[in-house]
Amino acid sequence: MSETKLAPRDQGAPDYKVNLHPVMLKNYGKWDYHERVRPGVLVHVAENGDKIWTIRAGSPRTLSADKVREICAVADKYCKGFLRFTTRANVEFLVDNEAAIQPLIAEVEGKLKFPVGGTGPSVSNVAHTQGWMHCNLPGSDAAGSVKALLDELIDDFKNERLPNRVHISSSCCQINCSSHADISVIVQHHHPPRINHGNMQICELPKVVAICPAAAIRPAVVNGHESVEVVKEKCMYCGACHGQCPSMEIRDAETDTLSIWVGGKTSNARTPPTLMKLAVWGLPNNPPRWPEVGQAVRTILEAYKKGGKPYERVGEWIERIGWQRFFEVTGFPFTRYHIDDSPEALSTFNRSTMVRI
Amino acid sequence: MSVKNDAKVMELNTPLLDQLESGGWPSFVTDLKAYSKKRPQVGQLLNQLNESYENRWNYWIGTVLNVPGYGGGVIARLSQKADKYPDLAQFHTVRVIEPPGWVYSTKNLRQLADISEKHGAGILQLHGMSGDVLLLGFNNDQSMSVAEELMENGWDIGGSGGALRTLQCCVGQARCEMACYDTMRVTKHLTDTFIHYLHRPEFVYKFKFKLSGCPNDCANAMMRSDMPIMGTWRGEMQIDQAKVREFIKAKGRAYVIDNVLTRCPTKCISLKDDDTIAVEHQDCVRCMHCINVMHKALKPGKDKGVTICMGGKRTLKIGDTISTVIVPFMKLETDEDLDRLTEFVEKVWEFWNDNGMDHERIGEFIARVGLATFLDGIGIEPDARMVVRPRSSPYIKFEELAPGRIGGEQTKMPPVWNKEPETTEAAAR
Repeated sequence: MSETKLAPRDQGAPDYKVNLHPVMLKNYGKWDYHERVRPGVLVHVAENGDKIWTIRAGSPRTLSADKVREICAVADKYCKGFLRFTTRANVEFLVDNEAAIQPLIAEVEGKLKFPVGGTGPSVSNVAHTQGWMHCNLPGSDAAGSVKALLDELIDDFKNERLPNRVHISSSCCQINCSSHADISVIVQHHHPPRINHGNMQICELPKVVAICPAAAIRPAVVNGHESVEVVKEKCMYCGACHGQCPSMEIRDAETDTLSIWVGGKTSNARTPPTLMKLAVWGLPNNPPRWPEVGQAVRTILEAYKKGGKPYERVGEWIERIGWQRFFEVTGFPFTRYHIDDSPEALSTFNRSTMVRI
Repeated sequence: MSVKNDAKVMELNTPLLDQLESGGWPSFVTDLKAYSKKRPQVGQLLNQLNESYENRWNYWIGTVLNVPGYGGGVIARLSQKADKYPDLAQFHTVRVIEPPGWVYSTKNLRQLADISEKHGAGILQLHGMSGDVLLLGFNNDQSMSVAEELMENGWDIGGSGGALRTLQCCVGQARCEMACYDTMRVTKHLTDTFIHYLHRPEFVYKFKFKLSGCPNDCANAMMRSDMPIMGTWRGEMQIDQAKVREFIKAKGRAYVIDNVLTRCPTKCISLKDDDTIAVEHQDCVRCMHCINVMHKALKPGKDKGVTICMGGKRTLKIGDTISTVIVPFMKLETDEDLDRLTEFVEKVWEFWNDNGMDHERIGEFIARVGLATFLDGIGIEPDARMVVRPRSSPYIKFEELAPGRIGGEQTKMPPVWNKEPETTEAAAR
């Protein structure tokens, strides 16, 4: 490398203006209103009457270079060569000609095989991480489990027939890299890390001790190796140490399970952003299609579809009907593990006589 | 730049992954299987992934690799199955800073695909959870050559480790009438201004900005960033009463009562007999709901700016945190406003990095030292808008009322109960 002339460093973010559709550039900051034309299609109208239609399609996020070129070919044909992606990995085709919408949709659905939808009160694409494809820590897969889940939910991606939008996320370990969501799938571990004492020299022991949120790790000499020991009673199986030190193996192919959490949202509309709450635990980590997860998410979604009022997000629906009824209508058991024992716990108890009897 | 990119061709053996080819959602398996004819290392990747499916086990080891001059941006992975899959022995991800708002010309997106394919496995993920473009599948040499070619073409490498991470923002004013500030411009400005911190990890842990143009938070900022910069406005929202009437005519009064009035968190909207609405503006908390529903009739106010919050992150280690209001309102339009923001950010970083522990995100730091101490440290006055309610616990160390706390001298107790409140811009509002 020393003989090679290095490219310029620290150039920063690419210029967004050269990447904007001309109608968006022209009307930058001058948009007046928007409408949802049909599921998956938005029109934004500028103050001067200019219109840009957005056709939103679900993408698998992981794309080959050839698939990216196919997407580009569609955007070249109909969108003057401009497109964008959303926070939840949807691809948005942008057209300034209403007549192009139908042929564009036909090509997106027919050739690319991407479903059009994800707007308004629908299930959007599932935010996810790397999983077994490329992460060093995962207890499960991401792209594959999400693909199977979206196969189950695709009709609710294509249609706007829910009370409000439903964001779903999927995490492959307890770090939870994916986002907060109305419904979220998380892997859970069930015993303290197994320590490879002979391989602890690859880790910085003070950091391993310090990173434990439960103060369960302390230095120890084991079989002549400088290592650590874990106080089993304190350990909460989070795997923070595993991220710090690969010799602290937290995963277990036999015992890891999946759990489903509900009622998170990041938007400030109506209620402040809220955290997700435990709905179901102990689902099997069952590749290649994780049917138990799909079925549980479907159960929650159907109950929400049936019982939610317009504009209520999943969490708002549950808060209105009460958690007792949530467990009734979904058929999931309420167990002792649903009762919080974190520092937040007191504020989660029903400290009143307000009870549905 | 010359590049060696020839992988061993292997027969695909993916019976479990093949079951992910059915169903209506597009299958990455189908795509990558076809593509493995062009880049055989992709076939090896699928075979290893299938083994993960079979054994419910992962075969990647994390390691460290850096582009010259940078301390992050390459997510280096070594396969534990390298004997079987030689081209996965080194199989790294390169993070690339995305155009703000994830907008692309096909020319630029094709360039990413071409460069990715030329140097490595040609797998792109659009986009990672931090917002970056992720390019997968480079060995050590390819990671260097792909980075050089990207940078020669004006792209830059994203962040990783204890550094400023790649920023992300919503579409903002480029295509949204709700956007209260120019998210794309500010994202580019902060990225470019702080690019040193993005490339050279020198913080106690990661730091993320996410920028949303309004409180609807399409950039997932409140939950997933250390410093969400949220568009908002001060003063009255805009109401077009003629369009309010049109809306009520089209949808009916009951709809407006059930879906707008009663959903207002502070119940500050009332419906008048002439089918107009009246808003008690001082009670509006700018949640966006009524504007979302009646978006032709109602709009954010004209005096736009941002609310800056801090401390959001996902679960590890103290549990999920949601960002807290730190700056209730500031303008963010002029170059001077941007300078004020960057100065403020530097102050926050200095206090956090001087006092934060290893691996302590700013939300965890605030939880540990307390919000009041944090505000002292960054030079911000306490403001009632930072809390939902004042404290209930009476165990308090009143510094003003502690006798003799300075040098053992008996200080006079200041009569705090009749002290004139300081007139700040905040209090004046």
